[in-house]
Amino acid sequence: MHDSPPLSGRNVLARFALIGLVLIVMVLAFGYVSGWLTPHRLTAQRLVNQLQANAGVFAGYRRNHAKGVCVAGYFDSNGQAQVYSDALVFTPGRTPVVGRFAIPGGNPYAPDGSVPIRSLALRFTQANGQQWRTGMNSMPVFPVATPQAFYELLQAQQPDPSTGKPDSTKIGAFFAAHPETAAFREWVKTAKPSASYATESYWSLNAFVLVDANGEKHPVRWRVVPETSDTSTGGSDADYLEADLTRRLAQGPRHWHLIVTLANPGDPTDDATKTWPSDRREIDAGTLVLTGTETQESGECRDINYDPTVLPHGIEISGDPLLPARSAAYATSYLRRTSEEAHLPGTAVATSNPETKP
Amino acid sequence: MTRSSTQFVLAARVLHWLMALMIVSMLFIGVGMVASVSERHAWLLAIHKPLGIAILMLAIVRLTVRLRNPPPPLPTDLPAVQKLAAHASHYLLYALMLAMPLVGWAMLSAGGYPVMLSHSVRLPPIFPVNAAAFAILRHAHAWLAILLFLTFLAHLGAALYHGLIRRDGVLSSMTGIGHGTE
Repeated sequence: MHDSPPLSGRNVLARFALIGLVLIVMVLAFGYVSGWLTPHRLTAQRLVNQLQANAGVFAGYRRNHAKGVCVAGYFDSNGQAQVYSDALVFTPGRTPVVGRFAIPGGNPYAPDGSVPIRSLALRFTQANGQQWRTGMNSMPVFPVATPQAFYELLQAQQPDPSTGKPDSTKIGAFFAAHPETAAFREWVKTAKPSASYATESYWSLNAFVLVDANGEKHPVRWRVVPETSDTSTGGSDADYLEADLTRRLAQGPRHWHLIVTLANPGDPTDDATKTWPSDRREIDAGTLVLTGTETQESGECRDINYDPTVLPHGIEISGDPLLPARSAAYATSYLRRTSEEAHLPGTAVATSNPETKP
Repeated sequence: MTRSSTQFVLAARVLHWLMALMIVSMLFIGVGMVASVSERHAWLLAIHKPLGIAILMLAIVRLTVRLRNPPPPLPTDLPAVQKLAAHASHYLLYALMLAMPLVGWAMLSAGGYPVMLSHSVRLPPIFPVNAAAFAILRHAHAWLAILLFLTFLAHLGAALYHGLIRRDGVLSSMTGIGHGTE
């Protein structure tokens, strides 16, 4: 087989160098794509690292919305959203739901009254095995529109090591530099920490796209609205929300209506800082019925990643840049906390809460 | 079927180059999507899952083709160490191209995710829902990907060594051009 003329020593060297070069280019390309060579590029890992820098690391807990409670129930569809979406969940009838109420922040021991925002995450499991996961907040708009701005907001909120508290001048400077936060700031002025998870409405924040049986696309946002609402604020106890919810559900199921808002042409579907005009068409798609709670340490919601891009046929993501960032960051948080649950080497070890009363 | 003892059969060559493209793309898609927070994350993820299953199916076809059509022998003058490395790396490549999609599928199953190949096609789970198993499988998926990338680099380097330096017909047995047709 050695029928080619022999190569000179210099030629052999040049050919080895060429092979080395090809391999080095491959390695560099791989490193570049993975973000190893670009330490300033925003990645899911860096977002979650910033959440940890702000709140600390609590092994086994979510890196954000760490304090919460599992709920179970079902969604009772009335069929009215079927015209707009082919998703099985919108055909008349019940779909089982595993949900989770929570408060924002990475500290699972934060007092319930420390923030005016509550959240509700839901996982609908359709009879065909497809799922719809959504993570909603008790406010109609998000403070920022992009992952980069969210990262900068987290940086501005990082506690000052000397005081242990966020530096208000940094937060002020962030808001001054980000006029898109105006609607959120307006909302937060009057927002108070509610006394109950059960009396709040929860908004999808991001827009999504419903796809009907003809493949026609309908941009939407959704929210769940409680049948009974109440504006009272919580007491001084740090953990009133879970106790309140458990007490209420022990008395009977609680109901929310799933309201789907249809966008008009031209309404922003890629900007969670902007509300849509209030005259937009709304559909009451059915009733969310929550029947019981479980603690998040052992309940079914513990091991669910409420990634809002996990969607059934008939619902798709919009062009909102926050959605892929949420998906990526939630996945990173999920891997870290499940690794801690599995006690994998190099992961944080759970410690008992220093603030727990004996 | 006509075949030459110095070349892989046509089916093997087509599968090799098609899967080379798919697997290398897949490695870059994988590392890119886990690091990305932009819209790239969403569409890379949407490609990753069906492409992984396609690789799994083609790997099974390829294994069958290989078992039915043994590859041309390595040059008789190839040092024993290099022969051993060649055989070991090929076993490893086959093992990884089968294992990677299966580990990915099992990992999503263990995490309780619906394994969606498109907006409407869902594969059944192949592993019970278990958070600790998810974490182990997810890390295994990443480490096996690194191992596959390193094995690919070794394979690429060795192929170029055979083609550019030894010029012994090993590279052309897969490209189908040059020495092999003599």
